[in-house]
Amino acid sequence: MQKAKPIELDVAVVDGVELKGSWNRMFEPRAISEYDLSILDEITAIPGAESLGYCYQCGKCTGVCPVDTVGDYSPRKIFRRTQLGISLMDSPDLWLCTTCRNCLRVCPKEVNMIDIMPAVRERAVLEGNAPEELLQAFENTARYGNPIGEPGRKRAEWTKSAGVSVPIMSQKKSPVDVLWFVECYPSYHPRGKQASTALARVFDSLHVDFGILGNEEKCSGDSQRMAGEHGLFEMLAEHNIKMLSKYSFNQIVVTDPHAYNAFLHEYPKYGGEYVVQHYTQYLSQRLPDMSFTHDIPYRVTFHDPCYLGRHNGEYDAPRQLLKALPGVDLVEMGHCRETSYCCGGGGGGMWLDSFTRDYASERLSERRVKEAVEYGADILAVSCPYEVPRFEDAVKSTGNAGKLAVMDITELLAYAMGLVDSLVMAN
Amino acid sequence: MHIAVLMKSVPDLVEDIALDEHEGQILFDEMSYVPSEWDDQALEEALVIKEESGAEVTAVSIETQDSDNLLFTALAKGSDNAVKLVGDFDLSLTNRQRAQIFADYLHKQPFDLILSGVQAIDDVDGQIPGLVAGIMGWPHASVVTEVRVKDQGIILRQEYAGGLVAEIESSTPVVVGIQAARKPPRYASIAKVRQVAKSRQIEEVEVPLSNVPALTVRRFYKPVASAHAEMVDGDVEDVAARIAEILQERNLLRR
Amino acid sequence: MGPILIVMENGASGFVDSSKELITKGREIAKNLEISSIAVGFGQDAESQLKNLPVDRVIAITNPELSQYHPLAYEKTLSEIVKKEEPYLTLVANTTMGMDLGAGVASSVSLPLIAYCNQVAIAGQEVVATSSVFAGKLMAEIVVPKSGAVLTVMPGAWSATEDSGSPQVDVLSVDIPPSMRILRTIEPEKSDVDITKADILISVGRGIEGPENLTLAEELAEAIGGVVSCSRPVVDAGWLPKSRQVGKSGQTVKPKLYMAFGISGAPEHQQGMKDADLIIAVNTDENASIMDIAHFGTTVDMLELMPALTERLRGE
Repeated sequence: MQKAKPIELDVAVVDGVELKGSWNRMFEPRAISEYDLSILDEITAIPGAESLGYCYQCGKCTGVCPVDTVGDYSPRKIFRRTQLGISLMDSPDLWLCTTCRNCLRVCPKEVNMIDIMPAVRERAVLEGNAPEELLQAFENTARYGNPIGEPGRKRAEWTKSAGVSVPIMSQKKSPVDVLWFVECYPSYHPRGKQASTALARVFDSLHVDFGILGNEEKCSGDSQRMAGEHGLFEMLAEHNIKMLSKYSFNQIVVTDPHAYNAFLHEYPKYGGEYVVQHYTQYLSQRLPDMSFTHDIPYRVTFHDPCYLGRHNGEYDAPRQLLKALPGVDLVEMGHCRETSYCCGGGGGGMWLDSFTRDYASERLSERRVKEAVEYGADILAVSCPYEVPRFEDAVKSTGNAGKLAVMDITELLAYAMGLVDSLVMAN
Repeated sequence: MHIAVLMKSVPDLVEDIALDEHEGQILFDEMSYVPSEWDDQALEEALVIKEESGAEVTAVSIETQDSDNLLFTALAKGSDNAVKLVGDFDLSLTNRQRAQIFADYLHKQPFDLILSGVQAIDDVDGQIPGLVAGIMGWPHASVVTEVRVKDQGIILRQEYAGGLVAEIESSTPVVVGIQAARKPPRYASIAKVRQVAKSRQIEEVEVPLSNVPALTVRRFYKPVASAHAEMVDGDVEDVAARIAEILQERNLLRR
Repeated sequence: MGPILIVMENGASGFVDSSKELITKGREIAKNLEISSIAVGFGQDAESQLKNLPVDRVIAITNPELSQYHPLAYEKTLSEIVKKEEPYLTLVANTTMGMDLGAGVASSVSLPLIAYCNQVAIAGQEVVATSSVFAGKLMAEIVVPKSGAVLTVMPGAWSATEDSGSPQVDVLSVDIPPSMRILRTIEPEKSDVDITKADILISVGRGIEGPENLTLAEELAEAIGGVVSCSRPVVDAGWLPKSRQVGKSGQTVKPKLYMAFGISGAPEHQQGMKDADLIIAVNTDENASIMDIAHFGTTVDMLELMPALTERLRGE
């Protein structure tokens, strides 16, 4: 390899003017060809990861990367390290990205971590080179249809204590207007089940003609795809599409923005084309039909989920619902809408908490909770099932127990409509 | 060195065991099945041996519900061959029957080393490695945590109570019951398993079902726990407080 | 009906407890069924150790090399004895030796095997064995066929008495097959701590999720004045040394307090800790087997409970 010639001369004469070393360097090109770029080439040769090579080190991403605020991380740094010969395949960097999409928003070169991360991770997973806890989540999903490892046969168990009828399509045997795709955490996690119960009651009171797949539903798989298990995603997509093909419905409503993303952009590739809405979108259209009986006299702030906001451009529907709640004083945090922070759960982060702890000064969720407290919020409203458990943990670990409650928008709606007895306030 | 790994699926204990409590019999068809975790360890040890000193690994399973997935996963992890023993079998096969089926196949094959999980959750009538070895008249050792190839034979480590370990040299052929592989079992990505399922063949070998000594299980029943723990409910802080109180009451807290 | 044959296992000094338990129970069964009892032992001290056992007859295999367990020689010898004596019941403890011999001998002499026995009852002319299967979630009640069976018995299923007797003594030596050779034995690594001597054990299982969480257990152990121990999967994953393992292939412990965090309580684990004075189990599954022997249980998240408890104990 040809070594670049020294660019800083002791003395240079340019157009008859004598320039000292500290000045003359700017008149020669700065070669970067002395780097051995074979590692970078290896990465950018992976289909999907090409754009990593486009980086020209402007550093805009570093300013907005949520992971960089708690650690030493950003797409620019990933490029730089790879350029210097540190393989992304063996680096912890590969597993820290939450695919929040904030870097892509500002990148002038469109270095696309949303494509790079799953592509490179898939290669690492194929080689069996991924954090143990993530592999466990994959194995659980393959085996039980959910990353938590709960029995697939108990996916609809929550409906028994919902207090209203939650029709299961295989038993209902008639077409419905809305097929509600419930997802994993809303089916199994204790706090997720509370939100599901609330949503079921809201549907019921609005006389929505709806049904769920019950045990025929499996994880939509979008986060597993982003975490590098594309084969698992395909298997899940094929399964869900097959189950959905058995029934007639006008549209799908999803609880989970990650499922929303999958239904919108990925399932059509496998023949699953549906009219799909996030529940906040569906309910915001139904606002005229809602009647509120209970005040929520609190200051509320809203955390935009990455996969509803930045990924899919929906910022208004959740806010319309929150503004309609009687008594609510809605405040926006500094990081909101397009610049929203990240809860840390996306892109597989949900299953990498032990791993990331070694590379971060605090959890992203802890950062976000502190911000909500700074803005004087009593309630942090969310609309992604990953977020209630993540933020509730963070409320406790940051010593804010009792100061801030984390609630899904459906829980607030159900309370205001008089469908649940009390606001489920954390702690 | 040609290694056979004998594998099977067992009822998944994450789900409830399907039991006809009146008849006291297990409803095998109503349960879901997962690969026996010790067989996974045996496969991993075989693959470690292969990587370390070269060997041909053949995963062998008996055709029941999920055997294809089990074998494709073994191929995806690095097994060279996969063999499915087919016949008039169902999920209620006893381990003794399985051992006989395996032995009937293995008799005619040139394997040097046979590995299988040291036990399984459903082996009330005996563990596969010992049963297979006994039927074939081969030497065997169970509760083994390491197998290395040396010259024409192997050196294995057998473990006893209290963590005592014996290093044993054995000529081949030999059957080994693996307690744990030297490394945690590897993960086979679904993409790889699916790719393997499209591109690789599972060899099918027909094996008759012979008569073997049978046990009559008069009934299976759920154990009536002599006592169940007194459950401490509440959130983490409540539970921590109650536990501290229990320890206090019993003078287990140092002051 | 043939005799009852009991296989004795050598320990560091004399026979191991699990074999002595078989003698006590075996004699009782023999008496009830009016059959004779035979004990088999191996090694240079076999004769002196066997000759005072309370059975009708003993067979001492006196090859000095067989003082130490030899899988192939033991199995060949025992198979020969079973073929010759045609015992109704052959009892061997469910240790490593029992797992080798039970299945190997039963299949080579074409007898059925009943594994993981923890009860044997006589009901009229029937002998009924009960085994624990499916990780302790089910019991199997099995009628021992008239043609006989080999039983592997869970250690600790019965208690041993120290009776003695004066049996007829047969002494023989056998050929040791050359195809298996014991090269050496390796003592478990002596570690900084001896978990068998600790009054308080903070024991972690699979639920610990990863080695990075061990600090939580260590901090709790320090706050409470105990020591961290674990179940098998934690050792297999390489997160803690073998010397910290409780259970069948690890240590048997009897502390004043045993706190099981994320341990489901497989029979192999219970074997090593069930006699602890106080057992507190933390497990997400309220129906995990550990809850059957624990005094107190809770289903909260162990990774949250450990630091919460640590803080509380430090504050006291």
